[in-house]
Amino acid sequence: MASPLSATTAPGSSRAYRIKNSAGDRVFMAIIYTALSLILIAVLYPLIYILSSSISSPDAVSSGKVWLWPVDISFEGYTTLFSTPLILTGYANSLFYTAAGTLISVTLTIMIAYPLSRRSLYGRSVIMVFVTFTMLFGGGLIPTYLVVKQLGMVDTRWALLIPNAIWVWQVIIARSFFQSSIPDELVEASELDGCSDLRFIWSVVLPLSKPIIAVLVLMYAVGQWNAYFDALIYLKSDHLFPLQLILRSIIILNNGAGAMDAAEMVEKQHLSDLLKYSLIVVATLPVLCIYPFVQKHFVQGMLVGSVKG
Amino acid sequence: MNVARKSFAKHWQLYLILIPPILFFIIFKYYPMANAVLAFKDYNVTKGIWGSPWIGFKNFRMFFDNPIFWTLVKNTLLISLYQLLVGFPIPILLALALNEVRHAKFKKLVQMVTFAPYFISTVVMVSMIMLFLAPRLGFVNLALNALGMDSINFLGEPGMFRSIYVWSDLWQSAGYASVVYLAALAGIDPVLYEAAKVDGASRLQKIIHVDLPGILPTVTILLILNVGNIMALGFEKIYLLQNPLNTSSSEVIATYVYKMGLLNANYSFATAVGLFNSVINLVLLVLVNGLAKRISSNSIW
Repeated sequence: MASPLSATTAPGSSRAYRIKNSAGDRVFMAIIYTALSLILIAVLYPLIYILSSSISSPDAVSSGKVWLWPVDISFEGYTTLFSTPLILTGYANSLFYTAAGTLISVTLTIMIAYPLSRRSLYGRSVIMVFVTFTMLFGGGLIPTYLVVKQLGMVDTRWALLIPNAIWVWQVIIARSFFQSSIPDELVEASELDGCSDLRFIWSVVLPLSKPIIAVLVLMYAVGQWNAYFDALIYLKSDHLFPLQLILRSIIILNNGAGAMDAAEMVEKQHLSDLLKYSLIVVATLPVLCIYPFVQKHFVQGMLVGSVKG
Repeated sequence: MNVARKSFAKHWQLYLILIPPILFFIIFKYYPMANAVLAFKDYNVTKGIWGSPWIGFKNFRMFFDNPIFWTLVKNTLLISLYQLLVGFPIPILLALALNEVRHAKFKKLVQMVTFAPYFISTVVMVSMIMLFLAPRLGFVNLALNALGMDSINFLGEPGMFRSIYVWSDLWQSAGYASVVYLAALAGIDPVLYEAAKVDGASRLQKIIHVDLPGILPTVTILLILNVGNIMALGFEKIYLLQNPLNTSSSEVIATYVYKMGLLNANYSFATAVGLFNSVINLVLLVLVNGLAKRISSNSIW
């Protein structure tokens, strides 16, 4: 692992030399390409299937006519979804939790990761052990729940924002980044100039750390958007529910009745299968939209984190 | 001590911003650890955790004597080991294969596509599994019917639960897991490849003699972490995939803790079960780490 930062992101960086492939090598390569193509199809097919089903007509979906491409394209699933109050509330809640949660998490993570990256900070290794130990051992579900309850956070929005705000793994990644990208000379020079630590963080560290901040924002945002378990245990009022929880009750528990009144539900029975596909797309869309832009950052962030130190 | 005082005086601002995150760890990580004494108490809401009477190991004994104990341990271990056997080596193979590909575009496409499912939420993942495997309309059963076979109620068959869990997990996380190995592969000294070429190594030999030794430290560390997490299964996914028909193979320690603790409000007992799980996990991690240190001199501490 010499310089993982500059690594994988340059795919297929062909080495400067080339020697003719032997017959054995050509067979070997054929096997590799075949295997990878099969994997590609296996991963892609379910995704395409979901997307195609979500824009097919309800009848085509409930009679199993969709195999790969959409049949009788219709957007009935989506129009129904977006006229369902419960889903709109869920969407708004999820957007709120994602924005607020990410802000809190990223701020707290930087507040602990940066000081821990400074070699001159007395006691930093003790704090590091204090933090990483929580990755290995925890009090468990019930003791944690009781703490959140004691703090009066149960059934409030805080329960989704605070108890899981800092992920140790993100602290490690951010700390490694600060350590490797903020040179000690820079710190010393600014100290000579009489720059305080906070000022240094604000006007030197943060501007220099855009890549890691991007990584933290994306990781925490995706995590918040996808989270449902904290909502399941801490929330009781349905006006606070995030989208994932509503998704669970409609698709997995199959009781979408809360979403519409009963008569309407019967009328729309033929729609229910289609709705599930549309709902999956709608719940995943925000994450998949940013994905192509951020994949590179994610990969880089993970690589920084995989450097020991 | 003088060093400490100097550091405090000089970096008081850094210590200041450390306070909120450290409070977070104390309140939400260490305080619950202290709260785990609940396992040795007979919890009484009005008296609180510390005021409730001590009952020693009674909760643990109750758990060990319960016939469900062995089922839970067996299910937890079987799913974990299956998961380790499938989920650990395949990403390594994927990385090795991707590393051979010289068509930049194809490589990028495979990487991008296999990485994408990692961002799908557990709820969506389980929803997809349920839709695909549905007895009536799931495309898997429609395909079976088209081939002249009978439909299978996949999620109602206890014997299929483990495979559904493990292989869908592989689908979701193989691309993500392979990234670290790709990084390790890219870090291998090019001189070694040249030497291998000069010695007339085939591609397969190059993988065996250069690539594999090159990523061994990474592999060891990830293996330690994986084995150390053997009791810490993805609770969310198992819980969501569960139904009354498959519980005989899908009830694991974590789902049991949730049901006993939060649904039945049996706090002390559930805490004891959870504590048992965490301790086993920690012991496993320490053991495997020590073993790895001895055998390969790679370890996480």
